Amino acid sequence: MSFDDVIQEINLTEVRERIQSATGRDVERALSAEQPGLEHAPALFSEAAVPFLEEIARRSAALTRQRFGRVIYLFIPLYISNECVNNCPYCGFAKGLDVKRVTLTPNKVMREAVFLHSQGFRHLLLVSGEHPAHVSIDYLRKIIASLDTLFDSISIEIQPMTREEYLILSEAGVDGLTLYQETYDPELYKFYHRSGPKSRYDMRLMAIEAGGEAELRTLGIGALLGLGDWRFEAVMLAHHGRYLMRRFWRSRLAVSFPRIRTQSGGFQPKFSVTDRDLIQMICGMRLLFPDAELVISTREAPSLRDNLIGLGITRMSAGSRTIPGGYLIRAESNGGQFEVEDRRTPEEVCHAICAKGFEPVWKDFDRQFCVKDT
Amino acid sequence: MNKPGKKLIIAGVEFHSRLFVGTGKFSSPNVMAAALAASETEIVTVALRRVDLNNLTDAMLSALDFRRYRLLPNTSGARTAEEAVRVAKMARVVAKTSWIKLEVTPEPHYLLPDPIETLKAAEELVKLGFTVLPYINADPILARRLEEVGCATVMPLAAPIGSTRGLKTYDQLAIIIEQAGVPVIVDAGLGMPSHAAEAIEMGADAVLVNTAIAIADDPVAMAEAFKLAVQAAEKARMAGPAGESRLARPSSPLTGFLPEDGS
Repeated sequence: MSFDDVIQEINLTEVRERIQSATGRDVERALSAEQPGLEHAPALFSEAAVPFLEEIARRSAALTRQRFGRVIYLFIPLYISNECVNNCPYCGFAKGLDVKRVTLTPNKVMREAVFLHSQGFRHLLLVSGEHPAHVSIDYLRKIIASLDTLFDSISIEIQPMTREEYLILSEAGVDGLTLYQETYDPELYKFYHRSGPKSRYDMRLMAIEAGGEAELRTLGIGALLGLGDWRFEAVMLAHHGRYLMRRFWRSRLAVSFPRIRTQSGGFQPKFSVTDRDLIQMICGMRLLFPDAELVISTREAPSLRDNLIGLGITRMSAGSRTIPGGYLIRAESNGGQFEVEDRRTPEEVCHAICAKGFEPVWKDFDRQFCVKDT
Repeated sequence: MNKPGKKLIIAGVEFHSRLFVGTGKFSSPNVMAAALAASETEIVTVALRRVDLNNLTDAMLSALDFRRYRLLPNTSGARTAEEAVRVAKMARVVAKTSWIKLEVTPEPHYLLPDPIETLKAAEELVKLGFTVLPYINADPILARRLEEVGCATVMPLAAPIGSTRGLKTYDQLAIIIEQAGVPVIVDAGLGMPSHAAEAIEMGADAVLVNTAIAIADDPVAMAEAFKLAVQAAEKARMAGPAGESRLARPSSPLTGFLPEDGS
């Protein structure tokens, strides 16, 4: 049974009502549970939980410290292509936008990778738009095979694929998959994704499961915050996370919190997500998933990112560029996926992490785990 | 079973400290180094996935004084026997030790060890000449099987790793300790010095502590507290504990006036 089937069984109207009608007593009940479960999610993410935010944050901080220690893991995205056949209005890679399109050659990918490796990064996230002709499985296999001499962990955030394709990439050296559903509201999903392969809500949900079937070690999910009501998205993310953990018990769950910022198309999010909302979402998620990786990108401003250290986040990017070739060959394109708010160098971010009494960790996996005996 | 007064010997090597310390989760390599020193440990475990063993400037490795500590690399992150064996082989080359703490944990959330893959990997590693210290659930039969295939110790968990919940597996641990012919090192889940003391008092040969020290507000003081607890428990065992009784035993018995010969 896929999560799409599970969603058919969940009464989405009821989910909304439970969030809406949650009371302080429901939040207290969630907080008094030794391990809050899905039944507590609507209360934890509700308006009624706002007066309990300090308590939720304290619990989240303590759990994160216990399960992960005083460390923050670092990773870096490498954008390999901004070609895309989809036309998502919130994305700087949308087909209809007049930006210069680039797919980096394997040599150029390598040049960027060498630079990122020299900065200290050992965990790489390859990102692209969706254009199977430009970013084909053969192209990916080729670049991943060359990158795995530099990086201990390679994850992908690219177009949805089949189990067989993920197996090919896993064999080449990929160990993690990130695939945001964008919004869990099927109607809104249809509204934002009117054309292209991404218009299939169910296909997108199935792809992360294909990654689980290929036994990728990390399965990363997220909702693009601002497309819908974040409280609803948070509850649905919790359902999705629980489903993935049960079915793919060998994979680690990662949850990201991408909030829509300025990008090339000038998209204005219809739903506001304040800093307070974001913190409630992150800390509530930690209470529900004590051992999940919680990820924050450079979409967020330095001061907020610094304050999130120790609160629930375990993995951060630093010094990101969201244009293919952005690290070394900036002139090649003007089309970034989103605007980076934290423009500090990786070194500056490390200083900030240390100043909070945490250790920045560049390496938490070893390529030897993935190498096949010959 | 740690017989009172018996030295801790693992694979022919004698240790004075019964406290092993892990190196994960610390706020900085310097804090880690200071905590290790305060613990007076002689064995430190290092997750190979965390360090760049090809790079001697690796921050964590540079903070470790290899003259003082025996490095015990672990295979944490391995999901299968095949992966664990591969990582152990790498450790032997780069860390120049054939001692390996075998961890095979296919489920990334509770990190509970896979008994089947652990036994498989242990068997192979022993054949390859490794000194194998396997991390296991508190399963007495698995402990016997691992001893039979030639492991140097068994390292049963007290509670899920990082949970700091104490000796949740007490009864099973007691059976392992009673039956083992190799040192039993209670690993994972010890949250307070009293938990470590209890493990040593019940006859464990040593304990391994990481999270409880690393995430304490003052890791150095906590490391020392664990050291003292382990030493106190060891001393108590040597002193001959009074033992438990369901009946009260007054220190001044009411019949103490009677002559001892029963007349």
